[in-house]
Amino acid sequence: MEQRVLRVRAAFQTGRSRPLTFRLQQLRALQRMVQECQKEILAALADDLHKSEFNAYSQEVINVLGELDHVIEKLPEWVAPEPAKKTILTLMDEAYIHSEPLGVVLIIGAWNYPFVLNIQPLVGAIAAGNAVIVKPSELSERTAMLLAKIIPQYLDKELYCVINGGIEETTELLKQRFDHILYTGSTGVGKIVMEAAAKHLTPVTLELGGKSPCYIDKDCNLDVACRRITWGKYMNCGQTCIAPDYILCEPSLQGQIVEKIKETVKEFYGEEIKQSPDYERIINLRHFKRVTNLLEGQKIAFGGETDEATRFIAPTVLTDVNPNSKVMQEEIFGPVLPIMPVKNADEAIQFINQREKPLALYVFSNNNKLIKRMIEETSSGGVTGNDVIMHFTLNSLPFGGVGNSGMGAYHGKHSFDTFSHHRSCLIKSLRMEGANKLRYPPNSQSKVDWANFFLLKRFNRGKIGIFLLAFLGILVAVTMKLQSF
Amino acid sequence: MSATKGKSCDQQPKPEPGPQMNPYAGTLKRLQDAFYSGITRPIKFRISQLRGLSRFLKENRNLLLDTLARDLNKPSFEAEISEIVLCEEEIQLALNNLHKWVKDEPVEKNLVTQLDSAFIRKEPYGVALIIAPWNYPLNLLLVPLVGAIAAGNYVVLKPLEISKSMERVMAEVLPRYLDQNCFTMVLGGPREATLLLKNKFDYIFFTGEQPPRRGWIVMAAASQHLTPITLELGGKNPCYVDDNCDLQNVANRVAWFRFFNAGQTCVAPDYVLCSPEMREKLLPALQHAVTQFYGKDPQSSPDLARIISPKHFLRARGLLGSGRVAFGGQSDEQERYIAPTVLVDVKETDPVMQEEIFGPILPILTVSGVEEAIAFIRKREKPLALFAFSNDWKVVNKVLDQTSSGTFAGNDGFTFMTIISMPFGGVGHSGMGKYHGKFTFDTFSHGRGCVLQSPHLEFINKLRYPPYSQGRQRLLVWLLKHKLSLPCSIL
Repeated sequence: MEQRVLRVRAAFQTGRSRPLTFRLQQLRALQRMVQECQKEILAALADDLHKSEFNAYSQEVINVLGELDHVIEKLPEWVAPEPAKKTILTLMDEAYIHSEPLGVVLIIGAWNYPFVLNIQPLVGAIAAGNAVIVKPSELSERTAMLLAKIIPQYLDKELYCVINGGIEETTELLKQRFDHILYTGSTGVGKIVMEAAAKHLTPVTLELGGKSPCYIDKDCNLDVACRRITWGKYMNCGQTCIAPDYILCEPSLQGQIVEKIKETVKEFYGEEIKQSPDYERIINLRHFKRVTNLLEGQKIAFGGETDEATRFIAPTVLTDVNPNSKVMQEEIFGPVLPIMPVKNADEAIQFINQREKPLALYVFSNNNKLIKRMIEETSSGGVTGNDVIMHFTLNSLPFGGVGNSGMGAYHGKHSFDTFSHHRSCLIKSLRMEGANKLRYPPNSQSKVDWANFFLLKRFNRGKIGIFLLAFLGILVAVTMKLQSF
Repeated sequence: MSATKGKSCDQQPKPEPGPQMNPYAGTLKRLQDAFYSGITRPIKFRISQLRGLSRFLKENRNLLLDTLARDLNKPSFEAEISEIVLCEEEIQLALNNLHKWVKDEPVEKNLVTQLDSAFIRKEPYGVALIIAPWNYPLNLLLVPLVGAIAAGNYVVLKPLEISKSMERVMAEVLPRYLDQNCFTMVLGGPREATLLLKNKFDYIFFTGEQPPRRGWIVMAAASQHLTPITLELGGKNPCYVDDNCDLQNVANRVAWFRFFNAGQTCVAPDYVLCSPEMREKLLPALQHAVTQFYGKDPQSSPDLARIISPKHFLRARGLLGSGRVAFGGQSDEQERYIAPTVLVDVKETDPVMQEEIFGPILPILTVSGVEEAIAFIRKREKPLALFAFSNDWKVVNKVLDQTSSGTFAGNDGFTFMTIISMPFGGVGHSGMGKYHGKFTFDTFSHGRGCVLQSPHLEFINKLRYPPYSQGRQRLLVWLLKHKLSLPCSIL
């Protein structure tokens, strides 16, 4: 494992991945890969998660293509050095922020959206000029194998590679030194990744999870709310890190919510949900059993059917859920939607704040003031008001968690920034040493006063300003020199 | 925000540590609970705290200068410009701009969200821990504090005990200027710091020298609670001097930045790389600069600082044995004085090249030219700062392009520290994260992506709901091909 990582590092050291033209060329190659191998990608996702073509396309492929379009268009702007506002003392100098690659980036993807969660970070890492090792999750086996096959066919083999394997291989990989690690997965493993990264002082971006609350106000369009929630919750069989995990609402709404979600489920998936090509399955037996166990002792309002052979769990809603029950202790990651009654928004806010900061917060209300208040008085990775999931789809927004739901962010330019080092640069001339005499010992109070003046004022470029102030600087220096005689 | 009483996801609850194991648990809980009261959120409150900090500096200027003199024999000029003035600048910038910084930042929307609002909300993390070192004990404590307060956090400050007088001033005087409900100071040594780090913070900002060990410890502790961190560490900052340069100007600049604060600066040039011919010319020029600055007897100059402690003095003095002393080399244990010293004939394997020097000692290593210098730099850990001196811009740019470092200066020392519109931070072993100016505010803020959709116009969403058909997919592909979905997806 060490050798493989060292080879990638050696490739990075050649400097090949840095020029803008190279990065654009690789990104375009990635675009071609997604377009030309689309059938295989959709087939792999269908194999791994029982994902229909449309779902695979709209949940995964579209995001990647959109990201690639955006990054390719904007990259020349992003890589350009950014000039900085200078002080009087540095007015004659060049001061700018230079974005540079970090080196070798490790991306550890998750199994629930195995294509987008590996490739979208890859886009950002390439755009920032790094070499990249991708470690897809072994649970989404077909997609992992496919990525290992097609990525080397389109991208530079030495700079970008896929390493597959299970826990043992991942542990070995984490012992190696990287310049940034982006991990998508569970909170528990997130801690392990950060601890391993600490040994090499490797910065990390952790996209974790949590229980994303969904508050439904009594003043809202309940039809619309329930449709949107149904869509977001049961998408990918509930295996979405930003799925609405549980609902908070006043007790009087529970009944209506159950009915409307039930209707919507029928509308989306038909009477025989098992026959619907648009409904996915649980990834494996272990998770199937885990989710099924959460139903124990719960009041099932509808759904609850399971089939171990096909790892099918029907869209399920639970009512009057006790906050101390098992289903409220862990991220559900399955098609089970608990409804927890609360007296009002105050109680909802209190409930949310007593728990770990979630990855997403959802609020449904016609009252904008209430939505703003809920945002103001809670914290979460991101927020969508009057819908679910949507903040993930806008790549001008940073996507990431806070607290136990993660750290750092990516998508769009935020990926570029995450995978870059922003190096501050100040370039002076060796001439004009006169101005520097102000700072050299032996010191005096008047030097302090002048230093105060020069450091505390800040100016933008202005032709007259430059000349006037440079003249002033020289005048001061000459004055000081004369004073010392 | 997690309460220590709530169960965390994916974990069994751990037994509460006893008071001996975790003496700070009570304080942390008080602060975490208080955070929810929202006192620190209103901009008025944050501004009042920043004004408090400003008054702290104004009303205690002489006390602070005396304290810095006592701990480090810091000349008042150095103390003014590197500690007081820079802190004042940071506070002023925050006061003038906070109303802009806290505003929601609107973002570019895509076709589907055109009718809605999408923005980034800046939120405080919660309870932030700031651990500051001893070499610029005022600046390195206050500048992060300004950002943490501006961002609306509660703050726990842990100054390093080595700068004893400053620690006392901070403990006794600073609290009078800040609201005690949302700010606390923890004093003590490594043991107290270790115990403090066992607790869960919402952000940890650590500045310390002698990487990477301390960085490891802080990051490992932070990983137990998934606490985001900024580490401002250090390293050996190389300084390349080209043959084509204005000799005395280079010597002045290198000498001043090296011997500032008796070399105890994380961004000081740590060692010089130059050709043997340049070395012969540079030595007398450096000597001349030192004499100009500190006189023939630097020990009696009021403009030269001292080493912080006996332990650090012995450590730095021990490095004088590497290579050969070209000039300087005198020391006085009682005063913790080490003369501005240049070492030559230093080998890469010598002790002075194994650790960050953090003293007024400048080794010069010879290389054949800029290519060898770059190769030498690249073999080593990425430094916090990198310096290149040349009249030829191409040479300066070559060094910049072919190396990596936290920051870079061409033809000067660490003047970039005064430009707070530029981020300051390390990379690799020299650190992670950045701050100064608005970057500090951003560092201590969580950028929360928000989309507020309309509850109306549900018909647009029909595209995304099952059951799906071939026709739907074809439409989607068509829309995408015609670039109607910039900058992202339609779902």
